[in-house]
Amino acid sequence: MSNDRPAPMTLADVTPPEAFFNRRAFLAAGAAAASIGAAAPARANPEPVLDVVESPFSTDERPNSFLDITTYNNFYEFGTDKGDPARHAHRLTTQPWSIEVTGLVERPGTYSFEEITEGVTLEERIYRFRCVEAWSMVIPWVGFPLSTFLEKVGVRPEARHVAFETLYRPDEMIGQRRRIIDWPYVEGLRLDEAMHPLTILATGVYRQPMPNVNGAPIRLVVPWKYGFKSIKSIVRISLTEWEPVTTWNQQAPQEYGYYANVNPNVDHPRWSQATERRIGAGLFARREPTLMFNGYADEVAHLYEGMDLTRYY
Amino acid sequence: MPAINALLRRIPIWAIYLAGAAIPVWLLALGLTGGLGPDPVKELEHRLGRHALQLLLAGLAVTPLLRFAGLNLMRFRRALGVVAFGYLSLHLLVWAVLDVQLDWPAIWKDIAERPYITVGMAGFALLLPLAATSNDSSLRRMGAAAWRRLHRLVYIAVPLGALHYVMSAKTWELEPILYLAAAAGLVALRLPILARARRSAPGATR
Repeated sequence: MSNDRPAPMTLADVTPPEAFFNRRAFLAAGAAAASIGAAAPARANPEPVLDVVESPFSTDERPNSFLDITTYNNFYEFGTDKGDPARHAHRLTTQPWSIEVTGLVERPGTYSFEEITEGVTLEERIYRFRCVEAWSMVIPWVGFPLSTFLEKVGVRPEARHVAFETLYRPDEMIGQRRRIIDWPYVEGLRLDEAMHPLTILATGVYRQPMPNVNGAPIRLVVPWKYGFKSIKSIVRISLTEWEPVTTWNQQAPQEYGYYANVNPNVDHPRWSQATERRIGAGLFARREPTLMFNGYADEVAHLYEGMDLTRYY
Repeated sequence: MPAINALLRRIPIWAIYLAGAAIPVWLLALGLTGGLGPDPVKELEHRLGRHALQLLLAGLAVTPLLRFAGLNLMRFRRALGVVAFGYLSLHLLVWAVLDVQLDWPAIWKDIAERPYITVGMAGFALLLPLAATSNDSSLRRMGAAAWRRLHRLVYIAVPLGALHYVMSAKTWELEPILYLAAAAGLVALRLPILARARRSAPGATR
């Protein structure tokens, strides 16, 4: 059980994932440069440091390597290239950290990372992850249901949506120095989506504290929606009556909707969503068919009954 | 500059073709050994496309470099174009075989309905006759004037390629915009009004 462990591990207790990554990247680059015939770079995953319980929601598909998960990231706060977060996210300081909770809640205020995670059972949730760009991974998240936290702060009955906001700190998040998008990054969920047991606040990956590149120290994970809904490095959560503004929807409304449910039948205007490329499968891997709601249809399809999903994409 | 030009004259043309052929082989080797990162298909596809654009821009820079700087790279221009076309063909091949995986309905749909692919494909189609006539016998058969007129298609094809790059990005990213600006700038130097001003400018090479 994770609740009765003597002293919870903190980020300070482990090798920073960024240091870990740098060492690996160095080895990988060396291996690639040394000889063409060399084997693929070492892909050993880190030793677990977080105490977690397993979850029936986990998939039995094989997770991507820690290396894949921490070197291939869309985190525009650190740059638009998928390698940029691995290059720049080490600058981000995540201690102290707190989330400001505002809007239609019983107990608004600023909650420290320690207050948010205190007494919470950390679960391992091995989820399929589908990016809107038609690639996918399998990621062993560590976290707890968002509903646990929302119940802690008390949702007022008028609330219909939950709005989230990422840290804005251009000193450390160097991608924010250019206005490629309207910072800070914001996202939102309908309240029933937010309360769904699949929706988690994640604080780790591979039983490690959340690496900076993946949205340390705390992020959202909504496995049946395109990855951009799963907002990283959260500093504000607000309960609202009206659908909140969301970053990609505002940026290109005809390409990215508020719902952004994974749907193989509704194409992105610039590419098909019918299939996906599994990251880490190599140069000659077959594309895989994309599943409705990313394979979570049994759990979530009822939330959208009667909705035209080509209109509410 | 004459010394540099003399040095350049000693570089054999086949060296360009050899280096040009070595790069895709190297990229493929990297892709097979993990050196292109977690998504080798996209990386290979993007690098081939970018290298093709770089060579096409280099080809467009040859005449201005001679006119403005006296640097003579004219001997290498055909090789630059032919290697660029080779990279574009590989870029298309990687897209069709490794990325979309010969799903022909999806390929036709992409070409017809996705504007950034339509634009890229149009640029490639315009380069086809140029690649086919990039040899001495075609030049002789067509005559220099007709050959030169045909090869002006490159002034449309290269900006289309750069536009394709800009349109493929999710936001207004800096790098593709710089490519488009370079393409537009190099083509603008050919506009009649600028060309005339250049010819009458004192100190112009010719």
